[in-house]
Amino acid sequence: MNTLNEHPGNSAPIFSLSNVSRGFGKGKEAHQVLSDVDLVLREGEIVGLLGRSGSGKSTLLRIIAGLIEPSAGDVRYRGEPLEGPAEGVAMVFQTFALFPWLTVLENVEAGLHALQVPRKEARQRALAAIDLIGLDGFENAYPRELSGGMRQRVGFARALVVNPTLLLMDEPFSALDVLTAETLRTDLLDLWSDKQLPIKSILIVTHNIEEAVLMCDRILVLSSNPGRVVAQIKVPFAHPRNRLEPRFRNMIDDIYALMTDRRSADASKGRAELKVGSQLPDVSTNLMAGLIEALAAEPYQGRAGMAVVAERLLLEVDDLFPVAEMLEHLGFAELKGADISLTEAGKLFADYGTQERKAQFADHLVRNVPLAARIRLILQERRGHRAPRVRFEQELEDSLSEVFVEQTLESVISWGRYAEIFSYDDHTETFSLEDVEGEG
Amino acid sequence: MNKILRHYLPASTLRMLPNRWDLMALPLVVGFLLFFSIGAHQTWAPISTLQSQAISLDPADLPEYAVRTTLRMLAAMAASLVFTLLYGTLAAKSRRAEKLLVPVLDILQSVPVLGYISFTVTFFLLLFPGRVLGAECAAIFAIFTSQAWNMTFSFYQSLRMLPRDLEEVASNLQLSAWQKFWKLDVPYAIPGLVWNMMMSMSGGWFFVVASEAITVGDQTITLPGVGAYLATAILQRDMAAVGYVILAMVVVILLYDQFLFRPLVAWADKFRMENTASQAGAPESWVLNLIQRTRLVQRLLRPVTRTIGRLGNRRFSLPRSRRKAAPSARASQLVDWLWNGAIGALTLYALWHIITYVGTEVGLDECVHVLGLGLITLVRVMLLIAVASLIWVPLGVMIGLRPKWAEKVQPLAQFLAAFPANLLFPVFVIVILRYQLNPDVWLSPLIVLGTQWYILFNVIAGASAFPNDFREAAANFHIRGWQWWRTVMLPGIFPYYVTGAITASGGAWNASIVSEFVAWGQDKVVAHGLGAYIAETTAAGDFPKITLGVVVMSLFVVLFNRVVWRPLYAIAENKLRMN
Repeated sequence: MNTLNEHPGNSAPIFSLSNVSRGFGKGKEAHQVLSDVDLVLREGEIVGLLGRSGSGKSTLLRIIAGLIEPSAGDVRYRGEPLEGPAEGVAMVFQTFALFPWLTVLENVEAGLHALQVPRKEARQRALAAIDLIGLDGFENAYPRELSGGMRQRVGFARALVVNPTLLLMDEPFSALDVLTAETLRTDLLDLWSDKQLPIKSILIVTHNIEEAVLMCDRILVLSSNPGRVVAQIKVPFAHPRNRLEPRFRNMIDDIYALMTDRRSADASKGRAELKVGSQLPDVSTNLMAGLIEALAAEPYQGRAGMAVVAERLLLEVDDLFPVAEMLEHLGFAELKGADISLTEAGKLFADYGTQERKAQFADHLVRNVPLAARIRLILQERRGHRAPRVRFEQELEDSLSEVFVEQTLESVISWGRYAEIFSYDDHTETFSLEDVEGEG
Repeated sequence: MNKILRHYLPASTLRMLPNRWDLMALPLVVGFLLFFSIGAHQTWAPISTLQSQAISLDPADLPEYAVRTTLRMLAAMAASLVFTLLYGTLAAKSRRAEKLLVPVLDILQSVPVLGYISFTVTFFLLLFPGRVLGAECAAIFAIFTSQAWNMTFSFYQSLRMLPRDLEEVASNLQLSAWQKFWKLDVPYAIPGLVWNMMMSMSGGWFFVVASEAITVGDQTITLPGVGAYLATAILQRDMAAVGYVILAMVVVILLYDQFLFRPLVAWADKFRMENTASQAGAPESWVLNLIQRTRLVQRLLRPVTRTIGRLGNRRFSLPRSRRKAAPSARASQLVDWLWNGAIGALTLYALWHIITYVGTEVGLDECVHVLGLGLITLVRVMLLIAVASLIWVPLGVMIGLRPKWAEKVQPLAQFLAAFPANLLFPVFVIVILRYQLNPDVWLSPLIVLGTQWYILFNVIAGASAFPNDFREAAANFHIRGWQWWRTVMLPGIFPYYVTGAITASGGAWNASIVSEFVAWGQDKVVAHGLGAYIAETTAAGDFPKITLGVVVMSLFVVLFNRVVWRPLYAIAENKLRMN
């Protein structure tokens, strides 16, 4: 694995970003999404932005697209400061984002009309793009008549028809089924390798490590909260790449290790202890139990590589990491390198029946998640053993933004209910100790 | 036969040959054009002809009256659309304007529609002295006030909820504000807008009837139309004429539905956001098929559609300027402060103006009296909505759960909701006069006569959409009787019921002005209530009292909405949604 600062060769930079930061919200609620990001995009390369949810990779893409302004730093497009959406930068969306009231042809033509391309020429170019991307015959169909894969092809045709210099792709294949995604990836790579595309460079955002290694010449790994570039990895393999080749698999494992190692992946804070005001991930107790059971079973016997588990459980990085980390916080598992292993407590949990599991989970929850402990303590202290949700919302708002307050409370409520350490009534929005065993 | 022809004739010749759709479409188009030209021509006659030309009760004249009434509706709808696009856009795009415009709109829709006409008639008559146009404008404005507000709300809400990815596409494709408006904003809003146009239109018939024959002090307006025909029939105690006008209205509403709304709804279907192919339930319209499949019509329409398309594609913006430096937070705050101050000052000034104007004639005891009348009408509205709910909820559920029945009853319920109930008032009045019944009790049903159907058809819609799984689960666990209603059906249809009841209650407040004060010949039947108060003061041309009555009614409506309907709606939205 090569880690390097800049792409070799002397091709001209298309985009250059230096010290770009972006926060959302004001004052106390300010939430730093990107911090001090440097990035140079050059002609002739496919660059991947790889990171977990919350790493700000989509924000970075939107800054380059001119849809979001950075709060600090310098963004240059072909040497000039970027001001708003630039000509020659086209985008493909995860949700396809086609206008449902326009036909395939009209969707593709829309961008040309915006540029005041004469009608006849626009029609010719649109038809050519539709042809190139394998959509001929569907010109008059409406998006809702098409399958997901075909819709994304329209998304590609719409982006390519304006002859962009840079193609931005925001998780373009993640809403598609595995087989369709693979076909689209290969088709795009073929067009790129055959130099049939007008584009000079591609920037793709993904959380799929394998996809990044398959497609990109250079991968930037972003950390979470706030997003920073923690590594740049050059992928030296020639297209078409073979997924089964050992060095391909090795690179995937290396990247997993890089992303698992919290010291680099989580903004150099070391192993972060949870605090009362920490953000809690949206992870269900069923998922946690499922992962524990899978790890305890054959052939892993308590220890497995993250990449292997992800593949086995059909989980994407974005789904697997939060579960694994929450298990670590709760003391049921440990993450080391690219591996995850069960602790003694985790192995016990796997053997227990329902009631024993609940008791053990309750014990670990109160000991390791300070927010859960705090809710329980306050309920025990209060007369009547009740407390309104607002009380905890206000407390969390000191350290988290509104959206994260909601998500954190939802998570702790569902864990607390499972563990039976408190109960919650959604109609009255109050916590209480009613129906909780061992309490009066 | 057609196939063979197609094969051997050059395409251009073929396109000129009328196909069989043209045979039907041509007379329709010409007929429509004819009606339009006649109607517009007569509008320009001087007002003297209007006053001397009495309304004839000859049924042969009814078609012409019906056309003129319909034209008023169309004109008002056009005005409402223009208003919607401008007002909605301004409210959605400017933070400062939004702060003023949205509450104003909320009040505008709480003011009784017939209250608007009491105020504006004189203004419009003065605007075009000596011409019928003034009176026409007043009537059209009244209809406009019954249609525009909910359409505007719908448009504004659509603009506020534009999907983020589509907005990003618009920026990424570098659409100008004008292009984005026609390519994204308007199309996205169309399904909601069309639905609201339908609701507006069905409410509108009620007011067009009421606004064609109205007396404000010494100004009596009689505009040739269905409403004026009815007023004359009532004045002359002509029961047969009342029958004719009811019949005429039935025909007009059916035609309107077939020729305007079915096609519009079917067309609007393509603007749905759901990216799934429509199922069998997609709206169909034979008129729309006719238009879309007819070559001649398509050919005639092409210049129009092409012009519209080109217009939407123009940029209409200055060459892209460098992005302006955001004004400092301080300066922005100062402008906010000034803006709020200006609004506040304007409000205070208006309030002072109203109080002094009303105060010239009305004392505190009158205010208390009017508030009391408001309470009476409030009780009447609540009771009648409750009674209508007790009747129509069970019936609606029964019908809705049987798809075959629902299919037949649903259009009927929608038709009844659109039918102007005031045409039926004379029947009730005759009975009340005949048997000397207590008007306070027996006039009450009139206020929900027209609007109860909203409850029925919303409940039918709710029951039809009720997931079959839930019904099967209920049957499987032997949930029956009252438990079935309480735990299965009522929560299931509640969101639909609330929507229907809100519409019905809004309509009832409006209807109270015409239904608490009714006449047959020279006999007048009056119930106690705020509606009768507004109607009587309007007939007397007593503006301070009209103002007081309208203000009090608006207050009641606003408070009723805040205290009763909004919380219910919130419950329906948050806790009882099916998904």
